[in-house]
Amino acid sequence: MSTFLSQLLNGLQFGLLLFLIASGLTLIFGVLGIINLAHGSLFMIGAYTAFVVTKATGSLWLALPVAIVFGVALGLVLERVLFRHFYKREHLDQVLLTFALILIFEEMRSLLVGNDFHSVVIPKWLDFSIPITGQFSYAAYRFVVIGACLALAAVLIWWIERTKMGAIIRAAAEKPEMVDILGIDSSKVHLTVFAVGTALAMTAGALAAPLTSVYPNMGDSLLIISFVVVVIGGLGSVSGAFWSAILIGLIDTLGKAYGPAFAVAGGFGAVLAAASSMAVYLLMIAVLLFRPTGLFGGRT
Amino acid sequence: MTTHRMLPQSAAAWTRLAALVVALTLLPFFTSAYYVGLVTTAMIGGMLALSMHLLVGATGLVSLGHGAFYGLAAYVVYLVTPVDTPMPMWLTLPLAMLVAGLVALVVGALSLRTTGFFFLMVTLAFGQMIYFVFHDTKLGGGTDGAYLAKPLLSAFGYTLDPKDFPRARRGWPPYYVALGQLVVTYLTLAFLLRSLFGRVLEGIKVNEHRMIAMGFNTNRYKLAAFVIAAMLASSAGHMLAMQTGFVNPDLVSWHKSAEALLMILLGGIGSLTGAVVGAFAYYALGEGAQVLGSYVVAWGFPRIGTILAERKLLVEGLVILAVVLVARNGLTGIKLRSPGLAKPSGNVHDIGNMGGVDP
Repeated sequence: MSTFLSQLLNGLQFGLLLFLIASGLTLIFGVLGIINLAHGSLFMIGAYTAFVVTKATGSLWLALPVAIVFGVALGLVLERVLFRHFYKREHLDQVLLTFALILIFEEMRSLLVGNDFHSVVIPKWLDFSIPITGQFSYAAYRFVVIGACLALAAVLIWWIERTKMGAIIRAAAEKPEMVDILGIDSSKVHLTVFAVGTALAMTAGALAAPLTSVYPNMGDSLLIISFVVVVIGGLGSVSGAFWSAILIGLIDTLGKAYGPAFAVAGGFGAVLAAASSMAVYLLMIAVLLFRPTGLFGGRT
Repeated sequence: MTTHRMLPQSAAAWTRLAALVVALTLLPFFTSAYYVGLVTTAMIGGMLALSMHLLVGATGLVSLGHGAFYGLAAYVVYLVTPVDTPMPMWLTLPLAMLVAGLVALVVGALSLRTTGFFFLMVTLAFGQMIYFVFHDTKLGGGTDGAYLAKPLLSAFGYTLDPKDFPRARRGWPPYYVALGQLVVTYLTLAFLLRSLFGRVLEGIKVNEHRMIAMGFNTNRYKLAAFVIAAMLASSAGHMLAMQTGFVNPDLVSWHKSAEALLMILLGGIGSLTGAVVGAFAYYALGEGAQVLGSYVVAWGFPRIGTILAERKLLVEGLVILAVVLVARNGLTGIKLRSPGLAKPSGNVHDIGNMGGVDP
């Protein structure tokens, strides 16, 4: 029972991290029309930023604001220098542009920090577990991650759903021509969306660094699962991405935790075990075939 | 019937291609074992890029799961080969192509119900599932990969075994098998593109609704293209297993699909020859960077030189950036920018309408 509870919390925490990555991805696709395969690399850069800052200053708390500021700056530069030339281009060009960025980011990481695994130290006063039931306790830092992600998600959803800029962004995702006709500077909207998306992915990386440690290509597997979140949540929908991220986080974590147990049964059990590690991909394929607008009322 | 826009446009262009094949046939006599191996790898890359081109260039479908069929074929060879017992190529090649074709039939039937962004994502998801099968289970050696006994070419009771060759010439049998397969792949595609099948694909690329209105079941044509492309990719993957005798999950990852797209873009998306030129350029790039790097070190810039020589992927990334930003039509497209011709736009479909784009 207690392991189940801890897997449930792990799933929630993973889902919330996924939301930080997927919300940027869904906005960037919804508003800018860009398939950003380099979004996972931004997560990696955020995690390495946390590692470098923590190593230099000994403070993880400094790493978070640094990752956010660095994220906004990187987002601004990438949008102005590269991405804005690709809004109207073919998917093929976007795929290649962002593939090139993955290679460049990973090589820069390798040149600057090297290829070793590094752990990121949790501050001493947070390095304890909170008892929940008699025999079960859960790491305090994981609660911090859950709390920080929830706070960021709340701010983001408020910004998108309740502010004027948010309304413009939602409008741009739905009918970009209309936004232009109304005399809104869409170039500024694009810049904002891209910078926010980049900063969110890097913040997720910085938050996750102490949990997973940092290693080469760490964003690669998260990229694809984030695309699953985007598709299931409905393209361009931030609140859809939120529910979908939590769903995917839970399915993936529980599937990986309990799936292998089926394999012991052999035969069909082995098939079930394999299916549980691919559960999220199967779900995405099912959604695409039967409900292509997403499970949470997104737009096509 | 006029020729297809992706094929050589004149007898002279065909002759140049034939001359290239003759040059490749003679190459091993004039170069070292290292370059024989490198050119073999490039020819396998050329086969993969050609197979991808049936989807991207001819039909206008960008699949990120295509590389999975390439890797899958190599794994099929691994799975059917008993330890230390080489199997005849006549058995492993059809088997690998059959397995890839059947998987592609299922994957294609489901994926082709979507278009655009969604098609990219479904093919990516399917490719990733195939990746997980080999990455997460012990079926094919897991994350570390596994060695296999390379399939052998045998005919009329005689077996072409690299072990019977002097050490410096062991790369020759796979080289010539790869060259043969490359030529066959090219001719197969040329034949397909010139047939009604190729014309329908062309129509789908330019305007699918019009083709539906004309009474073509376009889904069936797209599915056929998807399956044929996967089978051709699997012949490339089989050839790779034959050359290296090694499989690992990287072969199945979506990066392979991206590499194939890069080769196509490098060589020029307008022609079949472009895919092969692009594959050669792709491998020459790594070599070139290394050679250039050693010169830069000699000129007194050791740091920059070492980066150039040792950071193949960085150079690759920067070259892709340059190509997507500047030379949109690739190497074979550069010649086209003479004043007499319309400046190619950034839109693939426009290129489709422009007519001949061939070296």
